[in-house]
Amino acid sequence: MNGPAGRSLGRRKRADLFFRALAAASAAAVILALLLILGTILWKAVPALSLSMLTRTPKGGFYLGREGGILNAIVGSLELALGATALAFLLSLPLALYLNLYKDRSSKTAAWTRFSLDVLWGVPSIVYGAFGFIVMLALGLRASLLAGILTVALLEFPIMCRAIDEVLRLVPRELREASDSLGATRFETAFRVFTRQAAPGILTGVLLAFGRGIGDAASVLFTAGFADRVPASLGDPAATLPLAIFFQLGTPFPEVQQRAYASAAVLTLIILLVSLAGRTAGRKADRNVVK
Amino acid sequence: MANGEAPIRVRNLSVFYGGLQVLRDVSLDIPAKRITVIVGPSGCGKTTLLKSLNRLLDAAEGVRVRGQVLVDGEDIYAPRTEVTRVRKKMGLLSQKPQVLPMSIYENVAYGPRIHGLRSRKDLDGRVERYLRLAGLWDEVRDRLREPASALSVGQQQRLCLARGLAVEPEIILGDEPTSALDPPSSQNVERRLMELKRDYTVVVVTHILRQARRIADHLAFLFLGELVEQGPAAEVFAGPRDPRTRAYLSGEIS
Repeated sequence: MNGPAGRSLGRRKRADLFFRALAAASAAAVILALLLILGTILWKAVPALSLSMLTRTPKGGFYLGREGGILNAIVGSLELALGATALAFLLSLPLALYLNLYKDRSSKTAAWTRFSLDVLWGVPSIVYGAFGFIVMLALGLRASLLAGILTVALLEFPIMCRAIDEVLRLVPRELREASDSLGATRFETAFRVFTRQAAPGILTGVLLAFGRGIGDAASVLFTAGFADRVPASLGDPAATLPLAIFFQLGTPFPEVQQRAYASAAVLTLIILLVSLAGRTAGRKADRNVVK
Repeated sequence: MANGEAPIRVRNLSVFYGGLQVLRDVSLDIPAKRITVIVGPSGCGKTTLLKSLNRLLDAAEGVRVRGQVLVDGEDIYAPRTEVTRVRKKMGLLSQKPQVLPMSIYENVAYGPRIHGLRSRKDLDGRVERYLRLAGLWDEVRDRLREPASALSVGQQQRLCLARGLAVEPEIILGDEPTSALDPPSSQNVERRLMELKRDYTVVVVTHILRQARRIADHLAFLFLGELVEQGPAAEVFAGPRDPRTRAYLSGEIS
């Protein structure tokens, strides 16, 4: 009786135990990696972190170890990423709603659009940078905050759009029927019902894209350029934190390299703060979601 | 009941899902200010028939409709018919109550808002009036700002009723509206429907024969996509003419 059944139960229990151990190990690895990264950056950043680092722009010889700060890159990165995220959102939300409410599940157009977005998602950011650069030259623009915003928006768009698309797909069909039956147009159902139901997921998609945008160096290298001043207008070149890290880390001076870590710490902190703010907002948006 | 007075007249309606024919040449008159109950075994096309009345089938893929549905004399499948106007004439209760992802108040105000009601005072009035009519006001008057999803399923179904009533329709459609509810909530919804027939035309789909006996004024029996028999409920229950109806009512087909 308990021969084969008992053996197989033992095997099943072992398999279960093995999987649990594996899952625990993965979780530990993730947390450890995060702590190591944060720890290393902070450890190296502390000597260089100061108020003037955050509140001043680079003075002459900053990259040789003289005084100044990275205010130019902090402001540049924030303006660039916020502008690009806003622009990408304006493109992503309507397209994702269109794919889910105006197109049938079996629609070929929708399938091809999703496929294109997935391909775009995978395109390396240096390619966006190069593409932005060519377009810029063709239009006779120079490296500027505006060109950077446009390029980073292009980089963020497929990420944000597909993330929003995926959460909209999970909205129950019956919800659409409920809104339809009240005489709502598709537009009203899309913007008044679907966006609310998917709000927490939409927010996650926006944050994901923002994080990718503010952390990217390759796409802004040629398009936003770099400047020691805070950009005064959209036409001015703008410094960014990833490039500030890159340039400072590339110098042979240890004290400048420390500043690179300080810049990295600032960048990480910005992303952390934005994620936390997003989570708080997400919890609020979650209140009304129909489970 | 003369034909001319019937607010909904279905004429030779056939519905196909892809290659599958779900409704076969259905003709049906739905009398005003009565409860018409459509009964039949599951999969017979009851829900399809109900949803064809306010063109909710449009949202589904690969659906073809042949024939006519006349609402107040207007063919709702005619090319120029404005679908949102057709739907505004009918409130729908679905099998599982589906509240909108917003507060209790906003759920009821949603319909009036999209149809152009703006003033706070008017909206407040409408919300209260229809929550009362749906028998929910006393339970929610102090928590109108709470998410609708926090309500019990029974309350949610009455909220859906209030929401449907708030666009001031002439007709109420119920697609097995009590199937997800516990017995007391079911009774509550049934009671509401009995009260509402004074002012509204009600069409309810159900597979529960006892429910049909309790609430039906007019009965239609649908079997394998075909409308087998229809007439005043008392007559059909007392003396079904078609052998299939007789078999269904006696519980031989279910």
